[in-house]
Amino acid sequence: MLVSEKSALTAEIEGIVNEYGNTRDNLLPILQRILNKHGHISEFAQQEVARLLDIHPVEVYGVVTFYGFMRVKEEGRYIVRLCKTISCDLAGKEAIARAIERELDIKFGETTQDKKFTLEYINCMGMCDAGPAMLINDTVYTHLTPRKAIEILKNCK
Amino acid sequence: MPIINGTVLFNKENHGDGLKKALELKPQEIIMEIRESGLKGRGGAGFPTGTKWMLAAAAISEKKFVICNADEGEPGTFKDRVLLDEYTRLVFEGMIIAGYAIGASKGYVYLRGEYRYLLNKLKSEIDKMYSENQLGNNILGSNFHFDIEIRLGSGAYVCGEESALIESLEGHRGEPRNRPPYPVNTGFMGYPTIVNNVETFAAVPVIIFKGAEWFEKIGTDRSKGTKLISVSGDCEKPGVYEVPFGTTINEMLEMVAAKDTKAVQIGGASGICVPKSEFGRNISFEDVSTGGSIIIFNKDRDMLQVLKNFMEFFVEESCGQCTPCRIGNIKLLEGVQMIERGECSMSYLKELIELGKTMQIASKCGLGQSSPNPFIAIMTHFENEIFTQW
Ligand SMILES: Cc1cc2nc3c(=O)[nH]c(=O)nc-3n(C[C@H](O)[C@H](O)[C@H](O)COP(=O)(O)O)c2cc1C
Ligand code: SF4
Ligand code: FES
Repeated sequence: MLVSEKSALTAEIEGIVNEYGNTRDNLLPILQRILNKHGHISEFAQQEVARLLDIHPVEVYGVVTFYGFMRVKEEGRYIVRLCKTISCDLAGKEAIARAIERELDIKFGETTQDKKFTLEYINCMGMCDAGPAMLINDTVYTHLTPRKAIEILKNCK
Repeated sequence: MPIINGTVLFNKENHGDGLKKALELKPQEIIMEIRESGLKGRGGAGFPTGTKWMLAAAAISEKKFVICNADEGEPGTFKDRVLLDEYTRLVFEGMIIAGYAIGASKGYVYLRGEYRYLLNKLKSEIDKMYSENQLGNNILGSNFHFDIEIRLGSGAYVCGEESALIESLEGHRGEPRNRPPYPVNTGFMGYPTIVNNVETFAAVPVIIFKGAEWFEKIGTDRSKGTKLISVSGDCEKPGVYEVPFGTTINEMLEMVAAKDTKAVQIGGASGICVPKSEFGRNISFEDVSTGGSIIIFNKDRDMLQVLKNFMEFFVEESCGQCTPCRIGNIKLLEGVQMIERGECSMSYLKELIELGKTMQIASKCGLGQSSPNPFIAIMTHFENEIFTQW
């Protein structure tokens, strides 16, 4: 990372911490803001948050690695999460999974070379009456068919 | 006792000015009313709400907190999503009334990250309530102050467990605590805290508006009121249904147009699997208790695959803090895979069931205590089906 990028990120994190307050109970909202903007929480960002909250960096790392939505490495701009839990499974998630894998030419857990898509499974996301369901970043898509799922991916710019 | 039908939540005529009425009562009077209504927690455990509030009200502390558990992560459950989306006010009003009753001035909604798309809607409803003087200082002319803040989860099922939820709110890993102490004594930041489910809060303004006596007539002897049930799986009309407690599984199946049903899973992955021979049983705290979900399996479904899906869920969602759950779920999943390959002897299966029973006793929180439920139930009810496949 360039020194200038580092100081820009530091300034940004200082701004966020100022807004929420530098107490431990604000750790998750602070991390979520960084995650939303950058798509991941880098080691450097974790250290800066720790410094500003006056806790050990390992405390921040422990939290970041606990929560399924948080990530420490840069991945795709679109995180595609297909529900694999029972109701979506009954509704035919397997066919959707295979269609997406073929279309993006990656397996679950992988990111496309152009860093556009990361493909993951997610557990039940509360759309079980409308499965198969998937989440792309914050947006929910339901009643998927293989064709519909591919259309949705094509519309991601 | 006959079941009296009625809708509590899904009937706007019942949504009156419960909040206004509550603020005209004394806090103790509200708690009495909730106790008399017989309202029990809708999040799964069914603890009497009035008792929980009474304990928190009795605690002496400069600060107290109200937390709305909107982490809804139990597979097959989506009724809180519908309440938050379509009956937002009712939930917030319930939280305000709870705050007034126990003497808290701050409430948190812990919304699962997967429901982030609801955030703007919830926030704008909160803004509206501030501008209408239903939140903030001197609510509706009383001398009661209350604020609500929404916090997001980040993709961890275990954070729905109330002490893990509090850990998460405090900025830690969502690992459940030992209980006791309970949140009503030592909750958020060490202060007395009540944690209730979205549906529990939603029922509160209705009870205050319509009266405990009205509410108490709906349902069964020991389960008062109605339950929202999220229905998914093999049926023609999946969705959220409000039914009085005491409704039988057969009645539910008819309502949702399910055909050739072989079994239903009630209460999500950690609930119980009920085979066809027991469809006469009813939904209530005294019979088949549920946080609010029914997943339907028709005659063509392979119950071993269903079980495998559940066990994969628990292996992934165990927080890993205690050994029975961390290792036990993996062993049960491996057992399912062995059965799949035709490598599991009957005596090893018996050992696995014993392991499940140990997990039910020895695990630290409800996740590990209930994760063996589907294993034991499916292996018991469908032993023949599963072992004649080889
Ligand atoms: C693993 C686990 C997950 C839970 N998830 C939820 C949940 O998503 N929503 C909920 O209201 N309660 C959940 N609970 C139950 C809560 O711990 C708690 O009992 C409940 O929020 C209390 O509210 P109530 O009395 O209104 O039901 C969960 C419990 C366990 C053990
Ligand atoms: S039972 Fe499972 S989820 Fe609960 S504390 Fe133990 S390891 Fe964590
Ligand atoms: S099982 Fe897929 S959303 Fe619930």
